[in-house]
Amino acid sequence: MSMAAEPRELRDDVLNGLQLSTQLERVWRTPSGFLGALMSVDHKVVGRRYIVTAFVFLLLGGILAVLMRIQLAGPEKTFLSADKYNQVFTMHGSTMMFLFAVPVMEAFAVYLVPLMVGTRNIAFPRLNAFSYWMFLFGGCFLWISFALNVGPDVGWFAYVPLSSLQYTPTKRPDVWAQMITFTEVAALAVSVEIIVTVFKQRAPGMTLDRIPLFVWAMLVTSFLVMFAMPSIMVASTSLILDRLVNTRFYDSSSGGHPLLWQHLFWFFGHPEVYIIFIPGTGMVSAILATFARRPVVGYPVVILSLIATGFLSFGLWVHHMFVTGLPQLGAGLFTASSMLIAVPSGLQIFCWLATLWDGRPVYRTPLLFVIGFVVIFVLGGLSGVMVASVPIDTQVHDTYFVVAHFHYVLIGGAVFPLIGAVYYWFPKIAGRMLSERLGRWNFWLAFIGFNVAFFPMHILGLIGMPRRVYTYTADMDWAHLNLLSSGGALIFALSFALLLVNVIYSLRKGELAGDNPWNASTLEWATASPPPPQNFDRIPVVKHRDPLWADNESLPVVAGLSAERREVLLTSLAEAEPQIREASPEPSIWPLLTAIATTVFFIGSIFTPWAVLWGTPPMAVALIGWFWPTGSKEDEE
Amino acid sequence: MRQTIVRNVAELPTYGYGPRSGPWWGALGFIALEGMGFAIAIGAYLYLYAVNPNWPIGASPPDLWPGTAEVAVYLLSIIPNEMTNRAAHRQDLAKVRAGLIVMVMIGTALLVLRGFEFAHLNTRWDNSAYGSIVWLILGLHTTHLATDLGDTVVLAVLMFTRHAKPRRFSDVSDNVFYWNFVVLAWLPLYVLLDWVPRL
Repeated sequence: MSMAAEPRELRDDVLNGLQLSTQLERVWRTPSGFLGALMSVDHKVVGRRYIVTAFVFLLLGGILAVLMRIQLAGPEKTFLSADKYNQVFTMHGSTMMFLFAVPVMEAFAVYLVPLMVGTRNIAFPRLNAFSYWMFLFGGCFLWISFALNVGPDVGWFAYVPLSSLQYTPTKRPDVWAQMITFTEVAALAVSVEIIVTVFKQRAPGMTLDRIPLFVWAMLVTSFLVMFAMPSIMVASTSLILDRLVNTRFYDSSSGGHPLLWQHLFWFFGHPEVYIIFIPGTGMVSAILATFARRPVVGYPVVILSLIATGFLSFGLWVHHMFVTGLPQLGAGLFTASSMLIAVPSGLQIFCWLATLWDGRPVYRTPLLFVIGFVVIFVLGGLSGVMVASVPIDTQVHDTYFVVAHFHYVLIGGAVFPLIGAVYYWFPKIAGRMLSERLGRWNFWLAFIGFNVAFFPMHILGLIGMPRRVYTYTADMDWAHLNLLSSGGALIFALSFALLLVNVIYSLRKGELAGDNPWNASTLEWATASPPPPQNFDRIPVVKHRDPLWADNESLPVVAGLSAERREVLLTSLAEAEPQIREASPEPSIWPLLTAIATTVFFIGSIFTPWAVLWGTPPMAVALIGWFWPTGSKEDEE
Repeated sequence: MRQTIVRNVAELPTYGYGPRSGPWWGALGFIALEGMGFAIAIGAYLYLYAVNPNWPIGASPPDLWPGTAEVAVYLLSIIPNEMTNRAAHRQDLAKVRAGLIVMVMIGTALLVLRGFEFAHLNTRWDNSAYGSIVWLILGLHTTHLATDLGDTVVLAVLMFTRHAKPRRFSDVSDNVFYWNFVVLAWLPLYVLLDWVPRL
């Protein structure tokens, strides 16, 4: 290991100022041109693409929601046929869960975590690029199928036996199952990258108790992804095998069991809720600290709550199955654990309230969305504790009460923090501020629209309106509340249109942001907006949990990293002591080619099992191309 | 913001072994999530086992010899695997090359044995839920075996080229690490596939 001291290598300790920036930019930039763009492994470029793509899917999923609300606005409407409606609600759920909620959170992590821990790129940048392409291709596959009238129509959970070949002899459930495989590959890859980035690439001195709360949240989320997603991959694989090569996993006449599907699905599906919600809490903690002008109260309490929520989230899945005839002991146990998880969430809420109470809150748009989050999420939590109880769940199962509950939890718990996060971090990503005036309109339209759209659903559910019906008759007396709900949905949709307008307008005309427009405390604000390809000219040294508040004049840094090839600093797990100057991969076209080969394999296997045979060699070739050294300085060091 | 250099890391090495290196943690991450995949598949097996009064369904248990022979080969493979690891740490290129070639041969032998194991399962995937889950689990493990073998072949070839630079020894050591996972994963699967149907 004595290669360290090669005398002739250009290091960042002999360059300064503009000279250093220019040199590092040359080394770290994404190659120009179309091909260059396809080769990018910069976490900021990939993260930006990920965010934009996820928001496009939000737009598409949102349009489907509006279509459903138009159909349900009055009794016996014929705007959507029953078959179209089945596809639309399945596409809405699948898009929102698999193509928007999880990816958008990971997207923010891909962009922000390396900046917040003070490193130059994410761990395994090529895997990161591959992950994005898989996500993009999986999403396009689902939506192109939908456009060709092969959109899945069996619900976002694809319960057997409905999704089995016998009851749905079309390709629709296969499309659903394979879309799952695409998105899970993408999500699992990002989770490994985030964990390794947080474990090994933190700036020197960023000990475990100095990690920003958003990064903690994404770390816990990544572990949830890692242990929850394999379950849905086993599930979707076994479903597609049942449909394509006649395995019998879910065929009760041959020893299979439909409830096995529900167990596998919800063992993933319940942690999934927290995979979406925990990043939201991380965003809330980041925004609150900045706008309350003080660190979040109870830093260790918040972290322990995140970890406790993570663990408990694996012990709840059976509460989705209370009406399947479980043994009483099982039902009792899962009721208890479902109520228990309210405790760590409650602790976090109290920490946030205390932060606001003790701080000097500045009510800018991000903070408004956080306050909206607290109100809506607490309401969703309350109805959650209600449905955790078996008798109430049995009564309202498959009604609009549940639809109201989970939209309060998911939109309240994840989308409000997310929109707050867009307003908060847009200046860092785009270099310009979003309009505050439009932001306030955006918030109030979203807050009012959301509540008008979803609160009536509680009542609709209680008076008996079932989910997933494409219409209802006039004598059910559901028409007024449904009309109200549809009106609210339009206002809610309008708020997103306003966000889009704000983004487009501000990208051109927004006020210039500068490095740290909010006077925030974490490292992403210690570099330019948008950050240069190398993120930081020199790697920061962290001596405080809120480094930029401890000293906003000067930044302690390390020197000695290469300035002529891509190098990141690896540090120890707990103490973040520098250990290795490790090479970081250069841009490469192979992740894209691997993703294309994998796409051919996945889609081909829906039509013939032989695709597994002829689809493998191209994947293997692409992977070898990916890993084979090119003789560059990064490879040979 | 003004920068104050408080430390110089120029003397640090450019690669390392085990928990010091990044790729080792990546391998551990994938081991964790793939291990979870095995755990879920085992759970599915036991669920089907629990809800079915007869097990195995409409078939006799798998013949014991292929799986048992695999256990023996897997366990013995740990020795040359570890020797490769030590040679990698010593950066002994000749021994690493030899070790990788031995590991390629062992992997190939195991893949052949795996073929026999499929042939001696005494059930097909479409016979019953029992057949399905057995084929799924064996298929899952075979995927791991085959990908690790592919990886070892590529690495072995790499070590005979001009790219056999010192940092590649760290890759060899990560490959060794992952092989141990493939071995370790097989042991509970062997008990599950070959012995649970005999209970």
